[in-house]
Amino acid sequence: MALLEIEGLRARVEGKEILKGVDLRVEAGAVHAVMGPNGSGKSTLAHVIAGRPGYEVTDGSITFDGRDLLSLGADERARAGVFLAFQYPVEIPGVTNTTFLRHALNAQRAERGEPTLDPIEFVRMLRDKMRSLGVTEELLKRPVNVGFSGGEKKRNEILQMAVLEPRLAVLDETDSGLDIDALKVVADGVNALRSPARGMLLITHYQRVLSYVVPDHVHVFAGGVIVASGDKDLARELEEKGYADFAAADAA
Amino acid sequence: MRARTTQSWPTDERLIAAERAAAAGPAWLAETRRQGLRIFRDAGVPHAKIEAWKYTGVNGLVGIGFDPHAPAPEVRIPPPPLAGLEDAYRVVFVNGRFAPLLSELDGLAEGVAVVPLTTAAADPPEAVRAHLGRVLDLDGMPFAALNAAFWTEGCLVTLDDGCTLSRPIHLVSIAAGGDAPTMFAPRTLVVFGRGARATIVESHLGTDGAPTFSNAVSEVVAAEGAVVEHYKQVQGCEADFHVGASAVSLGAGASYDGFALTLGGRLVRNETRVTLASPGAECRINGAYAAFGDSHVDNTTLIDHVAAGATSRETFMGVVGDSARGVFQGKTLVRAHAQKTDGHMLHKALLLSSGAEVDAKPELEIYADDVKCSHGATAGKLDETMLFYLLSRGIPRGQARRLLIEAFLAGALDEIRHANVREALRGALMKSIGDATRDLGCD
Repeated sequence: MALLEIEGLRARVEGKEILKGVDLRVEAGAVHAVMGPNGSGKSTLAHVIAGRPGYEVTDGSITFDGRDLLSLGADERARAGVFLAFQYPVEIPGVTNTTFLRHALNAQRAERGEPTLDPIEFVRMLRDKMRSLGVTEELLKRPVNVGFSGGEKKRNEILQMAVLEPRLAVLDETDSGLDIDALKVVADGVNALRSPARGMLLITHYQRVLSYVVPDHVHVFAGGVIVASGDKDLARELEEKGYADFAAADAA
Repeated sequence: MRARTTQSWPTDERLIAAERAAAAGPAWLAETRRQGLRIFRDAGVPHAKIEAWKYTGVNGLVGIGFDPHAPAPEVRIPPPPLAGLEDAYRVVFVNGRFAPLLSELDGLAEGVAVVPLTTAAADPPEAVRAHLGRVLDLDGMPFAALNAAFWTEGCLVTLDDGCTLSRPIHLVSIAAGGDAPTMFAPRTLVVFGRGARATIVESHLGTDGAPTFSNAVSEVVAAEGAVVEHYKQVQGCEADFHVGASAVSLGAGASYDGFALTLGGRLVRNETRVTLASPGAECRINGAYAAFGDSHVDNTTLIDHVAAGATSRETFMGVVGDSARGVFQGKTLVRAHAQKTDGHMLHKALLLSSGAEVDAKPELEIYADDVKCSHGATAGKLDETMLFYLLSRGIPRGQARRLLIEAFLAGALDEIRHANVREALRGALMKSIGDATRDLGCD
């Protein structure tokens, strides 16, 4: 059985059907890219996997590691090993980045029956992970994402992923809004986390990031369904032809 | 349907007894007690038609029939000090009575006196005669008037000119619930000499038992250039009532940093009145509260700018869950001569449930024409987007809510200038929220 199995998934947001029967399997060790035009529903897929309130699943199933993911709350999904890197990371005034990360890691360690880390142990563990991502100590002392640049926010998402070591990472347009240097740092961070035990779902509008994070599989998303699947060459084809052909195929 | 009762409280016999007791004391004191009685008799128990008591009903309090002579259970073990305030001088009162065995005043610095108020009143130093009952204007303060008439013990702190006290003075008032509902009237007078500096922390705590009513009055007088830090923690039990009035008078260039943290009680009203009668004084009154269950927490303030060129800052933040209620009434009065006044006031509330309620009434009353004043008030729910972000990282819902509540109230707590007190009160807040076994008063 694959790490993540999505079957016939339909979902509504504010009464409007966005996902119209999605089928997708992500195996451990594989990186899947989901590409599609704006408004195709690919970010909705990410949020439904993470369990965001307001996204109503009307049909289908999501099985994660053999468990019915849809029966779990958002925090339970995270502790089971699902991680969503947000397209728009949330600012939380008054909670420092370090406190936030330590609470998150300790909640997950407690779930796995591992001892929790005190603040000193935690910072020691964090230092190595920060260095490779170019995250400064100063950034850790600041409130979560408050006053961060776009690049800092995205790096902070990858840092969280590195700390939490999820089984499944869903990256929702993590590449958007980044200049080429920031994109490389983020891509290096993602590549460093590729592992035979981990599945990744890379949701993106642009082919650009796929030159740095080379996917094993590429899916084209349009009109709330996957309209085409292939290997990394499919991304290149998309770059040349655009989404128009696929969108038309869906409409037909 | 419940019959309306016309019982009077306190009973007439009680008031007559108080009058007789007052007459037996020193003449100067008898006068302040009689004045208190007179004002209370004229005003009576406040009701909803009186503007200042519109949002805070006291029928529940009156109905209990608190008795000042109910026997107090013995308290042998002092409550643990606030973490971070272990080095403070401690003066402990149990149901208004001084508890010397629970107090710790060793090594009190020179130039500072801390004495029970009755001892001081028997042979009153100038500070007591000049200031006791003179700082707080009892007009519109029926409970404070009752305190003036009834107080039996209290604490006098005096600081000589130029005296700096490095360790805080911690005044702990324990409301020990016994077999019958009991009331008491703690009284505090703190007099700062010129340029004196000290930190006073009041803790009003409760123990389980029958309901208690602590009707407290604190008066603070600060001479020219004094630096006053005056913090208050109210953490009663579910059946405890606390109505506390603090009156502050600031001399030229004196500064006052005040904070009121309310973490529990059936009904709590913290009423603060600061008079800025001399130029260049600075006043900061801030506070935070967390109200759950049926708790009712009221913060009412009056900042009276009499002289020119004074500044005032006021930030109160509250979290209200279950069917609890928060009330904020903040008034800044700028009199005609108080030009160049700089005053800002803010109240922010977080409502955790549909049964929770907050009434905020910030008021500016300005008679001078060259001033910089503002006020604001907001009330909202926990931010769902923030909550989801925390959940999405695996933080359990209850813990995520606590983090967001702590972060919200930090906006007020960060205003406390004394670092150790700030962390001590933050610790008390977190422990109180952490102790809540229910899902934090949310729907």
